[in-house]
Amino acid sequence: MDGFPILSLMLLVPLIGAAICMFVPAKTACMVALVATLIDFALGVVLWASFDIGGAQWQFVEKAELFAGFSYALGIDGIALMLIMLSVFLMPICIGASWLSVTKRVGEYMAAFLMMETLMIGVFAAQDLFLFYIFFEAGLIPMYLIIGIWGGDNRIYASYKFFLYTLIGSVLMLIAMFWMVREAGTTDIPTLMATDFPAGAQNWLWLAFFASFAVKMPMWPVHTWLPDAHVQAPTAGSVILAGVLLKMGGYGFIRFSLPMFPDASAYFAWLIFGLSMIAVVYTSLVALVQHDMKKLIAYSSVAHMAIVCIALFSFNVQGLEGSMIVMLSHGLVSGALFLAVGVIYDRLHTREISRYGGLAINMPKYALFLLLFTMASIGLPGTSGFVGEFLALAGVYQISSWVALICTTGIILGAAYMLYLYRRVAFGDQTNADAAAMPDIDKREWAMMLPLAAAVLWMGVYPESFLAPMRSDIEWLDQRLASAAPAGDARLSEPKPEAASAEHGAAAAKEGGTH
Amino acid sequence: MNDFSQSLQLIAAEELLTVVGLILLLAAAWMGDKGSRVISIVAVAALTACAFIAAPTLCQGAMGPDRVAFSGQYTADAFSAFAKILIYAAGGAALIVAPAFFGRAGSNGQSAMRAEYPVLVLFAVLGMNMMVSATDFLTLYIGLELNSLAAYVLAAFLRSDERSAEAGLKYFVLGALASGIILFGMSLTYGFTGSTNFTAVALALDGAMSTGALFGLIFVLAGLAFKISAVPFHMWTPDVYEGAPTPVTMFFATAPKVAALALTMRVALDAYGSQAAAWQQIVIFVSLASIIVGALGAIGQSNIKRLLAYSSINNVGFLLIGLAAVTQEGASAMLVYLAIYVAMSVAGFVVVLMLRDADDNPVEAIADIAGLSRTRPALAWALAAVMFSLAGIPPLFGFWGKFVVFQAAVNADLLALAAIGIAASVIGAFYYLKVVKIAFFDEPANVVSANGETGADAIGHKVLLLLSCIFISPLGYLLTPWLGDLADKAAAALFFAG
Repeated sequence: MDGFPILSLMLLVPLIGAAICMFVPAKTACMVALVATLIDFALGVVLWASFDIGGAQWQFVEKAELFAGFSYALGIDGIALMLIMLSVFLMPICIGASWLSVTKRVGEYMAAFLMMETLMIGVFAAQDLFLFYIFFEAGLIPMYLIIGIWGGDNRIYASYKFFLYTLIGSVLMLIAMFWMVREAGTTDIPTLMATDFPAGAQNWLWLAFFASFAVKMPMWPVHTWLPDAHVQAPTAGSVILAGVLLKMGGYGFIRFSLPMFPDASAYFAWLIFGLSMIAVVYTSLVALVQHDMKKLIAYSSVAHMAIVCIALFSFNVQGLEGSMIVMLSHGLVSGALFLAVGVIYDRLHTREISRYGGLAINMPKYALFLLLFTMASIGLPGTSGFVGEFLALAGVYQISSWVALICTTGIILGAAYMLYLYRRVAFGDQTNADAAAMPDIDKREWAMMLPLAAAVLWMGVYPESFLAPMRSDIEWLDQRLASAAPAGDARLSEPKPEAASAEHGAAAAKEGGTH
Repeated sequence: MNDFSQSLQLIAAEELLTVVGLILLLAAAWMGDKGSRVISIVAVAALTACAFIAAPTLCQGAMGPDRVAFSGQYTADAFSAFAKILIYAAGGAALIVAPAFFGRAGSNGQSAMRAEYPVLVLFAVLGMNMMVSATDFLTLYIGLELNSLAAYVLAAFLRSDERSAEAGLKYFVLGALASGIILFGMSLTYGFTGSTNFTAVALALDGAMSTGALFGLIFVLAGLAFKISAVPFHMWTPDVYEGAPTPVTMFFATAPKVAALALTMRVALDAYGSQAAAWQQIVIFVSLASIIVGALGAIGQSNIKRLLAYSSINNVGFLLIGLAAVTQEGASAMLVYLAIYVAMSVAGFVVVLMLRDADDNPVEAIADIAGLSRTRPALAWALAAVMFSLAGIPPLFGFWGKFVVFQAAVNADLLALAAIGIAASVIGAFYYLKVVKIAFFDEPANVVSANGETGADAIGHKVLLLLSCIFISPLGYLLTPWLGDLADKAAAALFFAG
C-alpha cells in the first residue's frame, strides 16, 4: 500500500456520497449512503490488514502543503486505527437503522451522516494540529442538523445545548493551539507530542484542552448536554454520538493532553479522578431511576466514559490499554443498545420503559441480543466490557486503591441499572397488549445486530487482535509519561534501605514483577 | 519626490473613476431613468478596469517612495490596492443587484431605479479610494466626505419609503457629527505636531506625548469608530441598515467598512504608529465591546437586515483584534478577514434580496423564513452556509478570518484579549444558529415564494451568490496561501512607511 493515499480516499468516498445524496430521491439516497459506507468499511478493513504492527509509529502518512498556516497531513498509529475502524464499522449499521425510520428529507439526512463520517475519520487521521481542530469542530454542523431536523419533540433545545456546550469547550483550545504552535514552531502533531513545553505553561494549556475534551467526553458536571442530545436525536444519531463522538474526548486526552503536557497531566490527575469518581457514582444512580430507555443508556455512557477518563490518567500501560478497550467496547455496546431501543421504538413509538414488558415472550430473538449487549455493558467475562473494565481498574488500582474502589461500585451499580432495565423490558408479564403484539426482529435488524454481537464477543474472547496494533503506541506513551507519573499507593514500593537488610529481603526480589 | 506627471500616473484609477463618473452623470441627466441599465453596465465596466489597474500594484507588493504622489499626500501602494480591489468588488456587486430590487420597489408599478444610482456608487467608490490611499489628514478628510455625501443620498434613495428617508437623515446627522469629531481631532493633531502629513505627524509624536496631542488622537479614533460602526459609536448602524434599500445596505456593509477600516489601520499604524501604546488599550476595549454588544444586540432582532447590522458590528470587533496586535501579522490578518467578510456579507445580502413573497414584496422578517429549507432548499443552504461562516464554525471559510486574527493576537502576547474575544464569539454563534434553526427546523411559513429566484434579473443574483458561496465554502481554504501572500505584501507596504 506504499504511497497509495488510502486515508484521503476514505475521507473522499463519504464526501462524494454526501454530495450525491443531496440531489437524488429518497430510496436512491439510502442506497448511495449504504454503498458509500460499505466501501469505506472495506477500505477500513484493508487499512487494518495492511497496518504494520510493530512497524513505524505513524503509517499511511500523507502530507500536502495545500493551505497557509497549516498543512494537509494525515497519518495513523494503532490508536487512531482502532477508532477509525470503530467509525467505519458503525456507519453502515447507522444507515441501516435509518432505512425505514427516517421518512422526511431522506437525502439531506443521509448527506449529513456521510459528512459526519468524513469528519470523524478526519479527526482520527489528522496529523496537523489545525487540521484536527477543523475536523473536530466541523462535526458540530451536521450533528446540529441531525438532532434539530430529525430529532424528537424537544429537539430544538437539545440541538442548541449540544452545539453551544461543545463550541464553548473548543474555542479556548484554539487559543492554546496558537500558543503551542508559536512556541514549538510547528503544527505537526507527532513533533508536538515529543515537545516539552515549559512546566508553568503546561498547566494553562492543559486546562484549555481539558475544557474542550471534558465537554466532548463528557465529564461531570458538563455532561448535561448528553442526555438531552441522546434522547432527542434519531436512533442512528444516538449511535454515532455514543459510539464515536464521545470517543473524540478520550482520543483528545490520549493524543494531546497526556503526551504533550505530561507534567500538567500528573498535576491535574486528581481533578480528573475527583470529577470522574463523582460521575461514576452519581450518573449510575441517576440511570437507576430513569423511565426513558435512551436516557438510561445515556447516563450509563457518562459513567463508562468516566472510567475511561480515570484509567487514562493512571499513568501505566494497563490503564491506558484498558481505557482504549473500554472506549472501543463502549462504542460497540452503547451503539448496539441504542439500536436495540430503536428497534422497539420503531414498533411502538415510545421510549417509556413501563410501556414494554415481557418482550422475551413475543420477541425471543430480540431479547437474546438485548441480553448479550446488557451483559456486555455490565462487563460480564466473555464480552468486550469485561476486558476493558478489568484492565482499566487494574491500572487504576496501581495509582490509588480508593479510586479503584469507588470505580468498582460504579460497575456494581451498572449491573443494577442494566439488569433492572432488562427485567422491566424483557421479563415479567406482558402487561401492554400493543407491546405484546410486536413482531420479532426482521432480516434488516438481524443484519444490524449480528455484526455488533460478533464484534462484542470477539473483543471479549480474543482482545489481542485489538490490543496488538495499539501496544507499541501505548508503550511509547507510557515511556513519555514515566518521568511525570505520580507515585501510587497500591504500587509495590522499594523497601527502606535499613529494613531491606534482614526481614524484607524477599520483598526486594519480587520487585521485578512491578512496573 | 515625484514630479507631477508621475503623480498623475499613480492615481490612474481615480482619474478613470472621476471621468467616467462625470460622463455618466451627464448621460444620466440627458437619458433619464431609461438609461439606468446602460449606465450601470458602464459603471461596472469602469470598476472592473480599475481593479485591473490596482491588481499589478498589489501583486508586485509595491511600496516605498516611488508610490507616493503629490508630495506625500497620497500613496498608491500594495496596501491601498488590496483594499481598493475589495471596494471595487463590493461596489460592483451593489450595482449588479440593484436593478432587480429597485425595479420592483417603485409605486404604481413604476421602477424606482434611477440613473443616478450607479453614478452615486461610483463617486462613493472614488471617495473610498482616496480614503485608503490617503497619507495626509486633508486627503483623508476629502475622501471621507466624498464617500459620505454619496452614501447619505444612497441611504435615502427610495424616496417614497419613509424608512429609507429616515435612514438617510439619521446617517447624515450622525455621519456629519462623526466627521466633525474627526476634524476636531485632526486640528488638535495639527496644532501639536505642526503637520498634516502622516509621516511627519509620526515623527513629531515620537517620544513623550502631550495631553493635547493625545486628545487629538482620541478624537480622530472616536470619529473613525463611528465610520466603522464600532461600539460605543454603533447606534446608527441597525437603523440605517434596516431603513436603507437592501442593495444599498449591502454596499454599506461591505465597501465603506473596508475603506474605513483600512483608513483606521493607516492612521493608527502610520500617523500614530509611534504612539501605539496610547491607542492599543482603546482598540482592545472597542474590539471587545463590539464583539459582545454586537452579539447580544443581535439576539433579540426580528428583522434580518437589523440582524446583519449587529453581525457587522460583531465582525468589526473581531477585525479590531488584528489592529490591537500592532504587528504586521495583525495587519495582514485584518486584510484576510476583510476579504472573507466582504464575501460573507455579499452572500448574506444576496440571499436577503432573493427572499420575496408571493406578491413580489421583499421578505425581511426572520419569522417569515421559517421552514425555508423545505420550500426553497438552495436558498436555505446558502443562508446556512453564510450563518455558520459568520459564526466562524469550521470548515466554512469564515473560520479562517477569525483564525488569522486570533493567531496574530496570540503571537503578539495578547492572550487575555484572545481568550475573552473567542469566548464571546460563542454568544454570537447563538443568534446565527437561531437563523439556521428557523430556516431548517421550524414548520414552513410558506411566505417566501419562487419570485426571487426567477426572472431575467435573478441571473446576476445567482452568479454573485454562487461565487461568494464557493468562496466561503471549505474550498476557500485552497485560496489561503494566495490570499495570505497578497495580504502579507499589503501589510508589508503599510509598515514600510511606519
